[in-house]
Amino acid sequence: MNAFTTLTATALPFLKDDIDTDQIIPARFLTGTTKAGLGAKLFYDWRYDDQGQIKAESLFDSTRFQGSQILIAGHNFGCGSSREHAPWSLKDFGFRAIIAVSFADIFYNNALKNFLLPIALPEAVVQHLAQTIEQDPSQTITVNLAEQCVTLPNQEQHHFEINAFRKTCLLEGLDDIAFVLAHLPQIEAYEKALGKTAAL
Amino acid sequence: MSAPKTLYEKIWDAHVVHQTEGGPAIVYIDRHLIHEVTSPQAFSGLAARGIPVRRPDLTTATEDHSIPTTDRSKPIEDEAARTQLATLAENCRKHGITLFDVASNHQGIVHVIGPELGLTQPGMTMVCGDSHTSTHGAFGALAFGIGTSEVELVLASQCLLQAPSKTMEIRVEGTLPLGVTAKDVILYIISKIGVGGATGHVIEYTGSAIRSLSMEGRMTLCNMSIEAGARAGMVAPDEVTFAYLKDKPFAPQGEAFETACQRWRELKTDVGAKYDTQVILQAEDIEPMVTYGTHPGMAMKISAMVPKKDDFNTLQEQEELLAALDYMKLEPGHPIAGTPIDVVFIGSCTNSRMEDLRAAAEVLADKRVASHVRALVVPGSAEIKRQAEAEGLSQIFLDAGCEWREPGCSMCIAMNGDVVAPGQACASTSNRNFKGRQGKGSRTFLVSPAMAAAAAISGRLVDIRTWETHA
Ligand code: SF4
Repeated sequence: MNAFTTLTATALPFLKDDIDTDQIIPARFLTGTTKAGLGAKLFYDWRYDDQGQIKAESLFDSTRFQGSQILIAGHNFGCGSSREHAPWSLKDFGFRAIIAVSFADIFYNNALKNFLLPIALPEAVVQHLAQTIEQDPSQTITVNLAEQCVTLPNQEQHHFEINAFRKTCLLEGLDDIAFVLAHLPQIEAYEKALGKTAAL
Repeated sequence: MSAPKTLYEKIWDAHVVHQTEGGPAIVYIDRHLIHEVTSPQAFSGLAARGIPVRRPDLTTATEDHSIPTTDRSKPIEDEAARTQLATLAENCRKHGITLFDVASNHQGIVHVIGPELGLTQPGMTMVCGDSHTSTHGAFGALAFGIGTSEVELVLASQCLLQAPSKTMEIRVEGTLPLGVTAKDVILYIISKIGVGGATGHVIEYTGSAIRSLSMEGRMTLCNMSIEAGARAGMVAPDEVTFAYLKDKPFAPQGEAFETACQRWRELKTDVGAKYDTQVILQAEDIEPMVTYGTHPGMAMKISAMVPKKDDFNTLQEQEELLAALDYMKLEPGHPIAGTPIDVVFIGSCTNSRMEDLRAAAEVLADKRVASHVRALVVPGSAEIKRQAEAEGLSQIFLDAGCEWREPGCSMCIAMNGDVVAPGQACASTSNRNFKGRQGKGSRTFLVSPAMAAAAAISGRLVDIRTWETHA
């Protein structure tokens, strides 16, 4: 099931600004026809050297942050190309939520549609959170979607915004297609009224 | 009398099928364009749900992103690309979708063939799984890029879930100075408002300088709206638009065309309608532009000096600048003109149309590309390729020492084997200068076609207005 209700997990701090989707998943890996396996290519140029070996300094492969389900990022995360491979690869890698200072529009929406929860928090909070986790990566963060609340390791609670419609979809695991197809009669009536039926 | 509306509001209102309470609207989509990269997972999603494509008649497919631009009679070497193309062909066959593949006369970059075939029409809602779908807004259509889940949604329902956008007017008044093209106008706009300047908005470009642009120029302009963060960009249709569309294969024909034109003439922002945001610029302030950094907002006049730290106020902007200049191997405070170039790419959905190729050919005629420069000219579509060959442009390119390729996205996204080598500098007519966009470690300088051609000859970035006198 895709539904997202609550999540308690460790996090990986990657406090960079303007991480574009080319960095999340470089275009040369877009030639697949399935979503599975994209996690291995996530942040490829940050993680792998020219020989295709994992770099020693790769945060994403360090044992310290193994099993993290929350990514912590900076400003304007996910800018650039609209490729949905970005949320897919993040999810396939194991992330279920991203806490950032801000998100690029298209990425934000793509993430929600793929049941990856983007959470925007104030800059000072995100910075402090990243430092705390950096010092002790075993600390967990709890996300409660129904309450729109994040509980940080120091028990500080922060409210986050999410569109009411998207929130319901996430909580119920309801995707857009099921939602829209439930309105098929209206769609057919619209087509009929405007002569947009298939008699072309 | 109903309240005055903007062009965007007119199109939006005409396409709302259902407004959910407190949520997005279900919006009807008139035309869906698909290509090999962002559609396979959508089709497999449909298959998993066991549902058909609802309106294959409103869906059109082409191959562009991952196809080689070299000899098409040879099999495709890259296995992943081959699988992707075969998957698209199979999906189109299975669902009865028209596919313009490399064997057809109409293959090309999705945003080039839509207008060229008359699939793009004023007042339509159009989507495609590619951010530069905003290109089609040049015809007064509401066109935007969508992700693969949305591709699946549109295939399944012919609708999209969308919240209305805010509206932004960008008015450019006056006469564009010599040497200034639509590409320079849009780079100038993005440098002014920033890469996030139009976030959440649909831009409508207005003013006498915009009206004076050809359809090709308007497409270049709308194409890069997304680089300012906009959802879409549009230009209200006028006689220039109608003249372009007349007799296009998928446009209404004969009397139906005249009736359509009457309807299309209504597609303009009413007097008294309000935009949420307004930007007013003077055409005379614009010069030929070039990017110096790692996003399209980092653009400057070709005659200016590379920005210095003190030109920016915030620490973040300063750090961003220094990181970008370091990557681009540029010196703050030095002229950007004169920067050595290794590769020139003339192509992409931004600048690969006849007008662009003519502008490049005019510069390259009877000249030679500098011996150390590799210059690629990639037409946007098979139709453009034929026309350029018939006009003798391809011969000019070949005589100058350029490579003349088959149509496709090519070095704009570098996923078909056409790549810029690490560290190399590329003067490119495409739309994105992100780190590694044209190949790992590639350094991209975005310019107009004429500026790219002049850079190819000089082997350096040059000012198109003065370069020959300085040569
Ligand atoms: S030319 Fe570039 S921007 Fe245009 S559709 Fe192809 S990859 Fe996208």
